[in-house]
Amino acid sequence: MSHPAGPNAAGLRRDALVERLTLFSLSGPALLLVTMTMLVPVGWLFWLSFLDDAGGFSLEHYRRMLVQPSYGRAFRITFEISFITTAICILLGYPLAYVLSQLPRRAANICMIAVMLPFWTSLLVRTYAWLVLLQRQGVINTWGIKLGLWDTPLALVHNLNGTLIGMVHIMLPFLVLPVYASMRAIDQDYLKAAANLGASPTRAFWLVFLPLSLPGLIAGALMVFILCLGFYVTPAVLGGGKITMVANRIATDIELFFNWGAASSLGVVLFVLTGMILYLASRIVRLDRLLGGGGA
Amino acid sequence: MGWLGRPATDTQITHGRRLWLYVLAGLVLVFLMLPTLIVIPMSFSESQYLEFPPREWSLRWYRNYFNSTAWMQATATSFKAGILTMIVATLFGTMAAYGLHAARLGFSGLILGILLTPIIVPVILVGIGVFYVYVKIKLVNSMTGLVLAHSMLAIPIVMMVVSSALKSFDMNQERVARSLGASRMRAFFLVTLPQIRFSVVSGAVLAFLTSFDEVIVSLFVSGGQNSTLTRNMFNALRDQIDPTIAAISTLVVILTSVLLAISQLFGKSGAR
Repeated sequence: MSHPAGPNAAGLRRDALVERLTLFSLSGPALLLVTMTMLVPVGWLFWLSFLDDAGGFSLEHYRRMLVQPSYGRAFRITFEISFITTAICILLGYPLAYVLSQLPRRAANICMIAVMLPFWTSLLVRTYAWLVLLQRQGVINTWGIKLGLWDTPLALVHNLNGTLIGMVHIMLPFLVLPVYASMRAIDQDYLKAAANLGASPTRAFWLVFLPLSLPGLIAGALMVFILCLGFYVTPAVLGGGKITMVANRIATDIELFFNWGAASSLGVVLFVLTGMILYLASRIVRLDRLLGGGGA
Repeated sequence: MGWLGRPATDTQITHGRRLWLYVLAGLVLVFLMLPTLIVIPMSFSESQYLEFPPREWSLRWYRNYFNSTAWMQATATSFKAGILTMIVATLFGTMAAYGLHAARLGFSGLILGILLTPIIVPVILVGIGVFYVYVKIKLVNSMTGLVLAHSMLAIPIVMMVVSSALKSFDMNQERVARSLGASRMRAFFLVTLPQIRFSVVSGAVLAFLTSFDEVIVSLFVSGGQNSTLTRNMFNALRDQIDPTIAAISTLVVILTSVLLAISQLFGKSGAR
């Protein structure tokens, strides 16, 4: 038996739909703005990337990417840097998250301030700070020589080293937070059970703790890798113009050569690669976990 | 040395054997904090050269900053853009978050996805895309263009914060208000908004910071009279190291810390 349909049931249903559409229209201004400043511009670039100088359809820009070695180099170095940064973040971030997860909550929260500090500091401030610390007459070289650790100033910045240091510093919190959250969620009784069954502490870690913390680690590492692919400011400043990642190459194509087609095609490829990795990642871990940084 | 010989927990190896782990974690924490903390003493140095600790202290670089018309103009631009972005993004973002939440139409999810795309698209692509369109419609170097682009970047952030507050809000309260005769709008302003206000404020602060800290889009679409602080800082960093930037950095660190503390506080009481 259904509800007795009143004489104006249809009218009510219509009113409800009208109200829902009115509510829906509240998203109009935001949608318009995002369309105007994001979908149209990016769509336009996409279109441009398939046009040649005369305005006809061509795959010239994509072909050049395969033929001209400098483009291939930009992609190779982008993936290399992203990969190394992710690896260093795991090597430094996982042990840190582990120690933090073993501390009492209060102490861990205080240490968390240190982890969040880079998040809270403007990107350019940190970039400047690294220049101050790492350059030839910088703080680290001065102190290193004064303490007799090395004799001649080390080349720490305006090269690959500087870029990597700056990027690891920016990305480390993105790894530590989800890993820490997933480690906190591990029931300590599992480790006791493992010990009970005769596992040594090391064995219990590798066989029980590590697999249980893996979802957080994978989410964090993927996030770090994806964000690294689009870096521009750090390689531009700390790389001293010697490190050309894809984003830097795009900017150069516009600023120096006004080559919109080349820049657009690079941007499209970068976007598609990012999207593909994000899609693959979403099959492995929940996407909100990826974007929400683990919810720590 | 009793502590070193004791196991870390019932099932673990001793603290002594884990000492390397503690040292590593400590070093990583120092690595994370060092850059933020180093600029503060540097900014009070008298010297043109970078030395740590500074031999003589002075406010020279602060005076330099406050006496420079170029830096002052850029600071004014960044504040103006930040505040306008905050207004536009908070208004549009909250409207969209509420509308999509309350409408519960089949394609709300799709629209939400579209509104969140600015988070996923590489900023460099957005930067040159916006630049390209702005050249055509003559919005390059204009405050309007800058605010529109920054608002687009900030809307997803406002929406995420406000949406999560709406998820834990019981919409039945609005229904009660309306059954008592309040219009939908009145019900929203009298019942819903007061309960999600902390999240809205927190979203607004984050929107301001999104604009204030933004570098790449600003590099392309701001300039001349409307050059932002970040744009000028970026260009200064590429040339030579001017200690004035240490002074600016210190001020920025203080500003963002205060704002984020406010946003955290409001966010906490909003989540309850």
